[in-house]
Amino acid sequence: MIWVVALIVIMMLVAAVTVLLVRNHIAAVAAASLVSLLLSVLFALLRAPDVAMTEAAVGAGLSSVILALALRRLGLGRVKDA
Amino acid sequence: MRNLAALVFVGGLAFLLLVIFNQFDFAQAPMVVGQGILMDAPDRVGAANIVTAVVLGYRGIDTLGEISILFAASAAAGLVLGRRRTDARRDPPGGFILRSGVALLFPLMLVVGFYIILHGHLTPGGGFQGGVILAAAFFLPLLARPETPVNHAGLSIVEGGAGAVFILTGLAALLQGGEFLQPLLDNGVLGELVSAGTLPLLYLAVGLKVGAELAGLMARLADVEVDEP
Repeated sequence: MIWVVALIVIMMLVAAVTVLLVRNHIAAVAAASLVSLLLSVLFALLRAPDVAMTEAAVGAGLSSVILALALRRLGLGRVKDA
Repeated sequence: MRNLAALVFVGGLAFLLLVIFNQFDFAQAPMVVGQGILMDAPDRVGAANIVTAVVLGYRGIDTLGEISILFAASAAAGLVLGRRRTDARRDPPGGFILRSGVALLFPLMLVVGFYIILHGHLTPGGGFQGGVILAAAFFLPLLARPETPVNHAGLSIVEGGAGAVFILTGLAALLQGGEFLQPLLDNGVLGELVSAGTLPLLYLAVGLKVGAELAGLMARLADVEVDEP
Protein backbone atom coordinates (compact mmCIF):
# COMPACT_ATOMS: atom_id res chain seq x y z
CA MET A 1 0.00 0.00 0.00
CA ILE A 2 2.68 2.48 1.06
CA TRP A 3 4.70 1.66 -2.07
CA VAL A 4 1.71 2.24 -4.31
CA VAL A 5 1.12 5.61 -2.67
CA ALA A 6 4.82 6.49 -2.95
CA LEU A 7 4.81 5.55 -6.64
CA ILE A 8 1.73 7.67 -7.28
CA VAL A 9 3.21 10.65 -5.44
CA ILE A 10 6.47 10.40 -7.40
CA MET A 11 4.55 10.22 -10.68
CA MET A 12 2.51 13.24 -9.63
CA LEU A 13 5.66 15.21 -8.85
CA VAL A 14 7.22 14.25 -12.18
CA ALA A 15 4.06 15.30 -14.03
CA ALA A 16 3.88 18.57 -12.09
CA VAL A 17 7.49 19.44 -12.93
CA THR A 18 6.80 18.48 -16.55
CA VAL A 19 4.08 21.14 -16.64
CA LEU A 20 6.69 23.77 -15.84
CA LEU A 21 9.41 22.51 -18.14
CA VAL A 22 7.63 21.44 -21.30
CA ARG A 23 7.45 24.09 -24.03
CA ASN A 24 4.31 22.88 -25.77
CA HIS A 25 1.19 24.36 -24.17
CA ILE A 26 -1.09 21.42 -24.98
CA ALA A 27 1.45 19.01 -23.50
CA ALA A 28 1.51 21.12 -20.34
CA VAL A 29 -2.29 20.91 -20.09
CA ALA A 30 -2.11 17.13 -20.55
CA ALA A 31 0.52 16.85 -17.81
CA ALA A 32 -1.60 18.98 -15.44
CA SER A 33 -4.52 16.68 -16.19
CA LEU A 34 -2.31 13.71 -15.33
CA VAL A 35 -1.57 15.25 -11.92
CA SER A 36 -5.31 15.47 -11.22
CA LEU A 37 -5.91 11.93 -12.46
CA LEU A 38 -3.21 10.50 -10.16
CA LEU A 39 -4.55 12.60 -7.29
CA SER A 40 -7.98 11.06 -7.84
CA VAL A 41 -6.41 7.57 -7.61
CA LEU A 42 -4.82 8.70 -4.35
CA PHE A 43 -8.19 9.90 -3.04
CA ALA A 44 -9.74 6.55 -3.98
CA LEU A 45 -6.97 4.74 -2.07
CA LEU A 46 -7.64 6.98 0.93
CA ARG A 47 -11.29 5.82 0.83
CA ALA A 48 -12.77 9.11 -0.28
CA PRO A 49 -14.60 7.92 -3.40
CA ASP A 50 -16.80 11.01 -3.63
CA VAL A 51 -13.80 13.32 -3.73
CA ALA A 52 -12.00 10.98 -6.11
CA MET A 53 -14.92 11.06 -8.52
CA THR A 54 -15.10 14.86 -8.41
CA GLU A 55 -11.37 15.18 -8.92
CA ALA A 56 -11.41 12.81 -11.89
CA ALA A 57 -14.44 14.46 -13.54
CA VAL A 58 -13.69 18.10 -12.81
CA GLY A 59 -9.93 18.24 -12.26
CA ALA A 60 -8.74 15.76 -14.84
CA GLY A 61 -11.54 16.05 -17.37
CA LEU A 62 -13.41 19.32 -17.44
CA SER A 63 -10.72 21.80 -16.43
CA SER A 64 -8.25 20.34 -18.94
CA VAL A 65 -10.84 20.59 -21.71
CA ILE A 66 -11.59 24.20 -20.77
CA LEU A 67 -7.87 25.05 -20.63
CA ALA A 68 -7.25 23.40 -23.99
CA LEU A 69 -10.21 25.21 -25.59
CA ALA A 70 -9.01 28.52 -24.15
CA LEU A 71 -5.52 27.87 -25.57
CA ARG A 72 -7.07 27.20 -28.97
CA ARG A 73 -8.99 30.48 -28.75
CA LEU A 74 -5.74 32.29 -28.03
CA GLY A 75 -4.03 30.59 -30.95
CA LEU A 76 -1.57 28.75 -28.73
CA GLY A 77 -3.06 25.31 -29.26
CA ARG A 78 -0.80 24.13 -32.06
CA VAL A 79 0.29 20.55 -31.57
CA LYS A 80 3.55 21.12 -33.47
CA ASP A 81 6.35 22.48 -31.34
CA ALA A 82 7.04 26.13 -32.02
CA MET B 1 14.05 47.18 2.36
CA ARG B 2 11.21 45.48 0.54
CA ASN B 3 12.93 42.11 0.92
CA LEU B 4 13.30 42.73 4.64
CA ALA B 5 9.60 43.55 4.95
CA ALA B 6 8.71 40.37 3.05
CA LEU B 7 11.02 38.35 5.31
CA VAL B 8 9.43 39.80 8.46
CA PHE B 9 5.97 39.07 7.05
CA VAL B 10 6.82 35.46 6.20
CA GLY B 11 8.41 34.97 9.61
CA GLY B 12 5.34 36.32 11.37
CA LEU B 13 3.09 34.09 9.28
CA ALA B 14 5.19 31.01 10.09
CA PHE B 15 5.08 31.91 13.80
CA LEU B 16 1.30 32.28 13.67
CA LEU B 17 0.91 28.92 11.91
CA LEU B 18 3.17 27.23 14.47
CA VAL B 19 1.11 28.68 17.31
CA ILE B 20 -2.11 27.45 15.68
CA PHE B 21 -0.59 24.00 15.11
CA ASN B 22 0.40 23.80 18.77
CA GLN B 23 -3.17 24.44 19.81
CA PHE B 24 -4.48 21.28 18.14
CA ASP B 25 -4.31 17.80 19.55
CA PHE B 26 -3.47 15.77 16.48
CA ALA B 27 -5.27 12.50 15.78
CA GLN B 28 -8.18 13.73 17.88
CA ALA B 29 -11.30 15.07 16.29
CA PRO B 30 -11.46 18.69 17.46
CA MET B 31 -15.17 18.93 16.69
CA VAL B 32 -18.02 16.60 17.49
CA VAL B 33 -20.23 17.79 14.62
CA GLY B 34 -18.86 15.15 12.24
CA GLN B 35 -19.42 12.33 14.68
CA GLY B 36 -22.87 13.64 15.49
CA ILE B 37 -23.80 13.65 11.80
CA LEU B 38 -22.41 10.14 11.34
CA MET B 39 -24.61 8.86 14.17
CA ASP B 40 -27.65 10.88 13.21
CA ALA B 41 -27.75 10.86 9.40
CA PRO B 42 -28.87 7.32 8.44
CA ASP B 43 -32.02 7.46 10.60
CA ARG B 44 -32.82 11.12 10.15
CA VAL B 45 -32.20 11.70 6.44
CA GLY B 46 -32.34 8.12 5.16
CA ALA B 47 -29.49 8.43 2.65
CA ALA B 48 -27.07 5.52 2.54
CA ASN B 49 -24.33 7.87 1.28
CA ILE B 50 -23.66 10.16 4.22
CA VAL B 51 -21.83 12.68 2.04
CA THR B 52 -25.10 13.27 0.19
CA ALA B 53 -26.97 13.56 3.47
CA VAL B 54 -24.57 16.37 4.44
CA VAL B 55 -24.49 18.08 1.03
CA LEU B 56 -28.25 18.18 0.51
CA GLY B 57 -29.76 17.57 3.92
CA TYR B 58 -27.66 19.31 6.54
CA ARG B 59 -25.97 21.86 4.26
CA GLY B 60 -28.53 22.30 1.51
CA ILE B 61 -28.19 26.06 1.43
CA ASP B 62 -24.43 25.69 0.77
CA THR B 63 -25.29 23.63 -2.29
CA LEU B 64 -27.71 26.33 -3.41
CA GLY B 65 -24.84 28.81 -3.08
CA GLU B 66 -22.56 26.56 -5.10
CA ILE B 67 -24.96 26.21 -7.99
CA SER B 68 -25.60 29.98 -7.89
CA ILE B 69 -21.85 30.61 -8.18
CA LEU B 70 -21.63 28.17 -11.07
CA PHE B 71 -24.58 29.90 -12.75
CA ALA B 72 -22.96 33.33 -12.34
CA ALA B 73 -19.63 32.03 -13.69
CA SER B 74 -21.13 30.38 -16.75
CA ALA B 75 -23.37 33.40 -17.46
CA ALA B 76 -20.34 35.71 -17.28
CA ALA B 77 -18.32 33.42 -19.55
CA GLY B 78 -21.18 33.35 -22.04
CA LEU B 79 -21.36 37.13 -21.94
CA VAL B 80 -17.62 37.56 -22.50
CA LEU B 81 -17.35 34.94 -25.23
CA GLY B 82 -20.29 36.41 -27.10
CA ARG B 83 -21.45 35.36 -30.53
CA ARG B 84 -19.47 34.34 -33.55
CA ARG B 85 -19.82 35.89 -37.00
CA THR B 86 -22.31 33.84 -38.95
CA ASP B 87 -20.12 33.76 -42.06
CA ALA B 88 -16.95 32.66 -40.25
CA ARG B 89 -15.36 29.33 -41.12
CA ARG B 90 -15.60 26.36 -38.80
CA ASP B 91 -13.19 23.55 -38.08
CA PRO B 92 -13.30 20.60 -40.47
CA PRO B 93 -15.05 17.50 -39.10
CA GLY B 94 -13.00 14.99 -37.18
CA GLY B 95 -11.55 11.86 -38.66
CA PHE B 96 -13.11 8.41 -38.81
CA ILE B 97 -11.67 7.20 -35.49
CA LEU B 98 -12.89 10.27 -33.60
CA ARG B 99 -16.39 10.02 -35.09
CA SER B 100 -16.69 6.28 -34.41
CA GLY B 101 -15.32 6.71 -30.90
CA VAL B 102 -17.85 9.44 -30.17
CA ALA B 103 -20.71 7.28 -31.48
CA LEU B 104 -19.54 4.48 -29.18
CA LEU B 105 -18.91 6.62 -26.10
CA PHE B 106 -21.90 8.97 -26.21
CA PRO B 107 -24.64 6.53 -25.03
CA LEU B 108 -22.25 4.96 -22.51
CA MET B 109 -21.44 8.32 -20.94
CA LEU B 110 -25.13 9.27 -20.83
CA VAL B 111 -25.93 6.07 -18.92
CA VAL B 112 -22.99 6.52 -16.54
CA GLY B 113 -23.86 10.17 -15.92
CA PHE B 114 -27.52 9.50 -15.13
CA TYR B 115 -26.57 6.46 -13.03
CA ILE B 116 -24.22 8.56 -10.91
CA ILE B 117 -26.84 11.29 -10.48
CA LEU B 118 -29.75 8.96 -9.65
CA HIS B 119 -27.71 6.81 -7.25
CA GLY B 120 -26.17 9.84 -5.55
CA HIS B 121 -27.95 9.12 -2.28
CA LEU B 122 -26.84 5.45 -2.29
CA THR B 123 -23.33 5.24 -3.70
CA PRO B 124 -20.46 7.75 -4.05
CA GLY B 125 -21.15 10.43 -6.59
CA GLY B 126 -24.08 12.73 -7.14
CA GLY B 127 -25.33 15.72 -9.04
CA PHE B 128 -22.06 17.55 -9.53
CA GLN B 129 -20.00 14.57 -10.72
CA GLY B 130 -22.79 13.15 -12.86
CA GLY B 131 -23.55 16.58 -14.28
CA VAL B 132 -19.95 17.03 -15.40
CA ILE B 133 -20.05 13.62 -17.09
CA LEU B 134 -23.31 14.55 -18.85
CA ALA B 135 -21.75 17.82 -20.04
CA ALA B 136 -18.74 15.92 -21.39
CA ALA B 137 -21.07 13.45 -23.14
CA PHE B 138 -22.92 16.26 -24.89
CA PHE B 139 -19.65 17.98 -25.81
CA LEU B 140 -18.26 14.89 -27.57
CA PRO B 141 -20.46 15.09 -30.72
CA LEU B 142 -19.43 18.73 -31.06
CA LEU B 143 -15.79 17.64 -31.04
CA ALA B 144 -16.38 15.16 -33.87
CA ARG B 145 -18.64 17.42 -35.96
CA PRO B 146 -18.02 21.11 -35.21
CA GLU B 147 -20.84 22.18 -37.54
CA THR B 148 -23.49 20.52 -35.30
CA PRO B 149 -25.91 23.26 -34.23
CA VAL B 150 -26.08 23.80 -30.45
CA ASN B 151 -29.47 24.57 -28.96
CA HIS B 152 -28.42 27.20 -26.43
CA ALA B 153 -32.03 28.22 -25.77
CA GLY B 154 -32.93 24.64 -24.86
CA LEU B 155 -29.92 24.39 -22.56
CA SER B 156 -30.96 27.62 -20.84
CA ILE B 157 -34.48 26.26 -20.31
CA VAL B 158 -33.15 23.02 -18.78
CA GLU B 159 -30.77 25.02 -16.58
CA GLY B 160 -33.38 27.50 -15.38
CA GLY B 161 -36.01 24.82 -14.86
CA ALA B 162 -33.65 22.68 -12.79
CA GLY B 163 -32.65 25.65 -10.67
CA ALA B 164 -36.32 26.55 -10.16
CA VAL B 165 -37.11 22.95 -9.10
CA PHE B 166 -34.30 23.12 -6.51
CA ILE B 167 -35.55 26.37 -5.01
CA LEU B 168 -39.23 25.36 -5.18
CA THR B 169 -38.42 22.14 -3.28
CA GLY B 170 -36.81 24.29 -0.61
CA LEU B 171 -39.81 26.62 -0.51
CA ALA B 172 -42.20 23.66 -0.29
CA ALA B 173 -40.44 22.59 2.91
CA LEU B 174 -40.95 26.14 4.20
CA LEU B 175 -44.67 25.91 3.40
CA GLN B 176 -44.96 22.65 5.31
CA GLY B 177 -43.63 24.38 8.38
CA GLY B 178 -40.04 23.13 8.24
CA GLU B 179 -36.78 24.90 7.49
CA PHE B 180 -35.73 25.98 3.99
CA LEU B 181 -34.54 22.93 1.96
CA GLN B 182 -35.46 20.50 4.74
CA PRO B 183 -35.93 17.04 3.14
CA LEU B 184 -39.60 16.23 2.67
CA LEU B 185 -41.50 12.97 2.09
CA ASP B 186 -40.81 9.62 3.70
CA ASN B 187 -37.28 8.40 4.30
CA GLY B 188 -38.21 4.98 2.94
CA VAL B 189 -35.99 1.94 3.35
CA LEU B 190 -32.29 2.74 3.73
CA GLY B 191 -30.40 1.76 0.59
CA GLU B 192 -33.31 1.53 -1.85
CA LEU B 193 -33.46 3.62 -5.02
CA VAL B 194 -36.62 5.47 -3.94
CA SER B 195 -35.63 6.57 -0.47
CA ALA B 196 -34.27 9.59 1.39
CA GLY B 197 -37.31 11.74 0.59
CA THR B 198 -36.65 14.63 -1.78
CA LEU B 199 -32.87 14.15 -1.91
CA PRO B 200 -32.83 12.25 -5.24
CA LEU B 201 -35.06 14.93 -6.79
CA LEU B 202 -32.73 17.68 -5.57
CA TYR B 203 -29.68 15.83 -6.91
CA LEU B 204 -31.38 15.30 -10.28
CA ALA B 205 -32.02 19.06 -10.43
CA VAL B 206 -28.39 19.79 -9.51
CA GLY B 207 -27.11 17.30 -12.08
CA LEU B 208 -29.23 18.66 -14.94
CA LYS B 209 -28.33 22.24 -14.05
CA VAL B 210 -24.59 21.57 -13.84
CA GLY B 211 -24.68 19.48 -17.03
CA ALA B 212 -26.59 22.09 -19.04
CA GLU B 213 -24.42 24.95 -17.79
CA LEU B 214 -21.10 23.27 -18.48
CA ALA B 215 -22.20 21.87 -21.84
CA GLY B 216 -23.24 25.38 -22.91
CA LEU B 217 -19.97 26.83 -21.62
CA MET B 218 -17.84 24.27 -23.49
CA ALA B 219 -19.89 24.67 -26.66
CA ARG B 220 -19.35 28.44 -26.55
CA LEU B 221 -15.63 28.05 -25.88
CA ALA B 222 -15.21 25.56 -28.72
CA ASP B 223 -17.13 27.73 -31.19
CA VAL B 224 -14.14 29.63 -32.55
CA GLU B 225 -13.88 31.54 -35.77
CA VAL B 226 -11.27 29.74 -37.82
CA ASP B 227 -8.98 31.97 -39.87
CA GLU B 228 -8.69 31.55 -43.61
CA PRO B 229 -5.94 29.05 -44.36
